[in-house]
Amino acid sequence: MTDTAPPPTTAVSNPPVEPLSPNLGDGDVVLASATPNLPPPTRQLDPVAKLIDISKCIGCKACQSACIEWNDTHPEIGVNFGSYENPHDLTSEMYTLMRFNEYEDPDTGNLDWLIRKDGCMHCEDPGCLKACPSPGAIVKYSNGIVDFIHDKCIGCGYCISGCPFDIPRMSPTRHVVSKCTLCSDRVSVGQGPACAKACPTQAIVFGTKTDMIAHAEERIVDLNARGYEHAALYDPEGVGGTHVMYVLPIGDKPEEYSGLPADPKISAVVEGWKGPAKTVGLAAIGLAAVGAALHSIFAKPNEVSEHDRVEAGRMVDDILGPEETAELAVSNPDETGQG
Amino acid sequence: MAEREFSESTDRIVATEPVEVRRYATHTRINHWFTAALIILLILSGFALFWPRLFFLTALFGGGQNARYIHPILGVAACLSFLLLFLQLWRLNLMRREDVVWASKITDLLAGHEERLPELGKYNLGQKFVFWGMFWLLLTMVVSGIMIWQQFFPDLVSIPVRRWAVLVHAISAVLSVLVLIVHVYAAIWTRGTLSAMTSGKVTGGWAWKHHRKWLREVARRQDKPPAE
Repeated sequence: MTDTAPPPTTAVSNPPVEPLSPNLGDGDVVLASATPNLPPPTRQLDPVAKLIDISKCIGCKACQSACIEWNDTHPEIGVNFGSYENPHDLTSEMYTLMRFNEYEDPDTGNLDWLIRKDGCMHCEDPGCLKACPSPGAIVKYSNGIVDFIHDKCIGCGYCISGCPFDIPRMSPTRHVVSKCTLCSDRVSVGQGPACAKACPTQAIVFGTKTDMIAHAEERIVDLNARGYEHAALYDPEGVGGTHVMYVLPIGDKPEEYSGLPADPKISAVVEGWKGPAKTVGLAAIGLAAVGAALHSIFAKPNEVSEHDRVEAGRMVDDILGPEETAELAVSNPDETGQG
Repeated sequence: MAEREFSESTDRIVATEPVEVRRYATHTRINHWFTAALIILLILSGFALFWPRLFFLTALFGGGQNARYIHPILGVAACLSFLLLFLQLWRLNLMRREDVVWASKITDLLAGHEERLPELGKYNLGQKFVFWGMFWLLLTMVVSGIMIWQQFFPDLVSIPVRRWAVLVHAISAVLSVLVLIVHVYAAIWTRGTLSAMTSGKVTGGWAWKHHRKWLREVARRQDKPPAE
């Protein structure tokens, strides 16, 4: 019997070397896609967070390399298209991507080279999970990690519509979506995420969310003192906060960081689709079916009477005349027969 | 042969004692039931992905991945099949003046006083509503469905458009199921209707009661000119 690994509080320390059993299990799931009757979690883990301090990032892409290595993904060999971004976008084989943007400060005329490590934000209120139709294919643990369970993914791509950050990517060959797992497999055995472990400037740090917010506040004070008066923590409320946060030196203009949304939230269209469209739609179908059944039991059916039959015979006789009528009565024995 | 205004060329009186009228040719009936079978499979696979409690229905298709794969293919097949049906039926489903009068007296119909309603051709307004309802809903569903067809059209539309497409697709699916409930129940409530799509024939009494102009025209078209 092995001990359970303790939740990691940092990414820098070396991991425990003794064999430990993982600390994330079914009892830690607080949200699961398409699962209305999820059993309550058996315990509450301390929320974790990854903090990306953009002011410390040098754009070396060690995080990308570490991510590829740990997750054993195989991104295609890229081509140069005039930017340091490589590959050109997140893919099903590249869960994190350094995005580069040149920003000219309108007040000072200074040029800033903004580098943002893009990837899953691990929302407290995950739009992907809300959109997913497959039970248990997307789960959220009580420590805040949002994870895709590939065995249960059906490849519909609804999570792509649900995500406010444009993160999930579909594998064109395996037909399952992938994204950053916040290294849930490492965290479950007491280690911090691979990207944070590899970061040479400690621009990426990992720990409890409380610790990370405290650390960010120190960094913001420092940045304020160095002229970045709008430096801010990015932990957007619209999605209930995130478990990947940024320290943004230009905190009042998050969009300048390669389109980081200023106020991300789950689209009202997605909420409408998964909310009223479903409940009202299914209620309407149920009412119509029950209404039809009741009508068939209690209302008189619309039946053809003897009078109608006689009138039909008279009309046809009048038009066709007696000879043709008599002819038709016997000429097509194979076509009649079902009185 | 008289002009055709209310009937198809394949409609004819096949017996007179009692009167029986052919309403749908064999190819039309096969076309109808093929479309119906595809739509039933679409409802099963589609609602499995729409309502978590029905997700187990994906097992009928061999699991979630297979249901996700087959649903849009069935959808395109159903639309093509419906298109063939549409080409056969659209002309007599165009709106006519008497449809408005018929609709204004719909309560008389439900109360069992169909004799107070105007004489009709091959289709009444309810049947036309089902026909055009399915036409527009299937068109909406195939267009919005292609927009969210991840496997073959992953980059056809932007994510905001895709969100609308998935909502429109779901609402259209719900509406089409409502139209189908009307379609099936009307065929059951109006006794004598189902045989039109099984044997292809209806009784003279049924035709006289519900589609008198149609019966009259079919009879006239069969009236041979007097011998010289």
